[in-house]
Amino acid sequence: MTELETAIDTEVDIHTPDYRSTRLRAPKRPPVILPERSADLEGPVFGDGLVGELDYDLTRQHDGEPLGERIIVTGRVLDDDGRPIRGALVEVWSANAAGRYKHEVDQHPAPLDPNFSGAGRCLTDDDGVYRFITIKPGAYPWGNHPNAWRPAHIHFSVFGRAFSQRLVTQMYFPGDPLFEFDPIFQSVRDPRARELMIAKFELAETKEDWALGYTWDVVLGSGSNATPLDPD
Amino acid sequence: MSLPTTPSQTVGPYYTIGLCRRPDNEPAPDGVHIVGTLLDGDGAPINDGMIEVWDGVGKQWGRSGTDAEGRFEFRIAKPAAAGDDAPHLDAYVFARGLLKHQRTRVYFPDEAEANERDPLLSSLDAADRETLIAREEDGALRFDVHMQGERQTVFFAV
Repeated sequence: MTELETAIDTEVDIHTPDYRSTRLRAPKRPPVILPERSADLEGPVFGDGLVGELDYDLTRQHDGEPLGERIIVTGRVLDDDGRPIRGALVEVWSANAAGRYKHEVDQHPAPLDPNFSGAGRCLTDDDGVYRFITIKPGAYPWGNHPNAWRPAHIHFSVFGRAFSQRLVTQMYFPGDPLFEFDPIFQSVRDPRARELMIAKFELAETKEDWALGYTWDVVLGSGSNATPLDPD
Repeated sequence: MSLPTTPSQTVGPYYTIGLCRRPDNEPAPDGVHIVGTLLDGDGAPINDGMIEVWDGVGKQWGRSGTDAEGRFEFRIAKPAAAGDDAPHLDAYVFARGLLKHQRTRVYFPDEAEANERDPLLSSLDAADRETLIAREEDGALRFDVHMQGERQTVFFAV
């Protein structure tokens, strides 16, 4: 096969020593394969009761508007056959426009924004679509190595239909100059798979005089974890 | 042809902002009390981790962050047995430094016979099996999670 035909390896390397915290936390023994039917275990279903009407809009959680570049982030949650997953709980959190999290552990000397808590959630609609309104988070320094900065990102947590479809990841923004220096982004081995974590700027989703639009689809596994790897 | 799946990334240190806005760790306040500590390869507590548990039979779900001592806890009804499977909770472990969540199971110490027959437990050696069975302690069930080391908890392929 030519390189173009090889399947994209979407696995993250949990043993990424350049990301120091992995060293004592990533399991070193190989995972055990569960009996086959465990793969189809249905996961939790979250109803409308969990999600407030304005939880999707991170710019309207306080008296005033947060500072920063207002953005719309939208996309679909799909399984790997391309079928939309409806009613999927999508939870997001991020730093504010200055790169500061509203969290006691975050000591970055950048200002907190009294009008930005940085958390949102929604359920996907019948077409698997989620939608958030927020501000573009800033890059921020972290103590991993000298002059370490995280590329701007929004954390995403997604529940699929099957228990094994659970995903927690980070959505990045196109063209970020910090990608090549970030061991968390680089922990995804295949460069083509890294692209799957980067949103696209979309003029069609951009609202004139109001907000830039980004689209980003989330693809969950098939729900089957029991297929042994090809011994070849 | 199937679509490539979105890669996993760590929850990072600030996940409580998005995932622990309200307590989700007591799906059944009158149920069994499960407590545990999440530990790294040096045996040090992980104070920025998170555990999710799921009872696929009774459809109970819970989530607990870890505190300054690496401690998490749940109150949940003990799940029923299903087929050959002994009563158990399916669980995920998340943490800063963990680039992909790890799947495990919590079994119950008062189910010796069912545990003996359980297809998964019976496929493991005794030391590994022990990592998946909670133990009774002070009226609660203790289930510590070791990310590495001699006593590493058994994790499953996801």
